[in-house]
Amino acid sequence: MQGCRSRRCSKVVSYYGLITPPYKLDALEPYMSKRTVELHWGKHHQNYVDGLNKQLATSMFYGYTLEELIKEGYNNGNPLPEYNNAAQVWNHHFFWESMQPESGGSPEGGVLQQIEKDFGSFTNFREEFICSALSLLGSGWVWLVLKREERKLSVVCTRNAISPLALGDIPIMNLDLWEHAYYLDYKDDRRMYVTNFIDHLVSWHTVTLRMMRGEAFVNLGEPNIPVA
Amino acid sequence: MALRTLISGKTLAAAALGGARTLAAARGVATVALPDLPYDYGALEPAISGEIMRLHHQKHHAAYVANYNKALEQLDAAVTKGDATTVVQLQSAIKFNGGGHINHSIFWKNLKPISEGGGESPHQKLGWAIDEDFGSFEALLKKMNAEGAALQGSGWVWLALDKEAKKLSVETTANQDPLVTKGVNLVPLLGIDVWEHAYYLQYKNVRPDYLSNIWKVINWKYAGEVYENAVA
Repeated sequence: MQGCRSRRCSKVVSYYGLITPPYKLDALEPYMSKRTVELHWGKHHQNYVDGLNKQLATSMFYGYTLEELIKEGYNNGNPLPEYNNAAQVWNHHFFWESMQPESGGSPEGGVLQQIEKDFGSFTNFREEFICSALSLLGSGWVWLVLKREERKLSVVCTRNAISPLALGDIPIMNLDLWEHAYYLDYKDDRRMYVTNFIDHLVSWHTVTLRMMRGEAFVNLGEPNIPVA
Repeated sequence: MALRTLISGKTLAAAALGGARTLAAARGVATVALPDLPYDYGALEPAISGEIMRLHHQKHHAAYVANYNKALEQLDAAVTKGDATTVVQLQSAIKFNGGGHINHSIFWKNLKPISEGGGESPHQKLGWAIDEDFGSFEALLKKMNAEGAALQGSGWVWLALDKEAKKLSVETTANQDPLVTKGVNLVPLLGIDVWEHAYYLQYKNVRPDYLSNIWKVINWKYAGEVYENAVA
C-alpha cells in the first residue's frame, strides 16, 4: 500500500533484550555472590545478547523465536554462526529463572513423585546430578530434562553452548558449569558450587511449572498450528 | 610472611606427588609429577597475579597430574586383564588429564618474569621465520589475540611449527587437547591458556585484556630454542 512506502513510515525492527533475573542481584548470597551475578548477568549474558543482535541485523534468522533459532541454528551438530550467541542467551535466561533465593532442599508433590519414579529416590537424583556435573570435562551445562520418547526425567550434561532443545529434549532446570559461573566464589572447587546450588538455590517452584508445561507437550504432542 | 609462603609453596605440591610416583613406579607404571615453576608465583605480576599462578599450579595442574596418574593405573589394570571396555572408557580421562599436564608443563616454560627477559621479542631464526610466515611480529600477536579471544568455551591458542613443512602457524585446541591433535607434525613453540581459570580472578570476563598483557611475560628465548632444535 502506498502509505507504507512513504517517507513518514520508518521500518520497525525488533531485537532481543536482556531479561532481568526475578530477584535482586545480591539475593542469592552467600551461595552466589552479588559480584558474580553482576558480572555473569551484566557482562557475560549481556555480551551474548549484544552479539546476537549484531548478527541478526544481517541474518536470515532475524524474526525467529529464540527456540526456533536454537533448533535450526544447531544444524545437526554443525552449528551456524548465530547458534552460539542464541543458545547462550537462552541458557542464561533459563539459568537465572532456575534459581530462587533461599530455595533448594527437596521438592514436593508431583515433582517429587516423578523424581522418585525416574531416579529411585531424591537422594539418588541429587547424587547423580552432582556426579554428572563433576564429570563434565571443560565448559558446559548440567540439566534436568524431560525426555520426550521415554517420557521420563533425566540428568544430562552438554558441552559449551549445546542446548537440550537442539537435541529434542524438554529442559526443566540447568546449572552453568563454565568457570566464570563459580570461579570468583569457589575458585576451582566445582563440587562445593554444585552442592550449594542443589541444596540452596534451585527453584523447585519453577521446576514444577516447567514440568507441567513439559508434560503437556509430551502427553498431547506439539501443537499443530496451521500456517496462515 | 606472605612472601615466604609464595616462595616455598610451589615445591610443596611437587613433593607430595613425588611420593605417589615412587609407589606406582614399583608396579611398573610410569606416572608423572607436577613440575616446579622456574620462578616465584608473584614474579609475573602485574601481567598475571600471584594468586592466579598459585591456584593454577597447585590446584588445576596438580589435579590433572593426580587424575592422569590414577587413570594410568586403571588403564594398566584393564590392559593386563584384557578388559577392552574399560580401556576404551578411560580414553577421555587420559586425553583430558594427560593433555592438561602436557599443556601446562609447556605453559610454565613459555612464561618468564620481565626481570629475567620475559617479553623480549624473538630474534634471529625464529624472528625471521615469524616475519616470513606472518608478515611481521605485530601481525602474529594480532592473530593470536584474535583467535584466542574468539575461542568458544575452554581451550588453548598456539604458535605452532610444522616441522616437516618448516612453516609457522597459529592453531587453537579445545579443552585440554594437546597441539599434536591438530597435526602430527606440529610442535608447540608457545601456548596460551584461555581457560577462564587462567585469567578470571584478575581480568574477569575481559579475555582480550589478559591476552594483550600476557605478551609482557612471554619467554621468546625458550620458543626460539624449541624452534631451532626442531628445524635443525
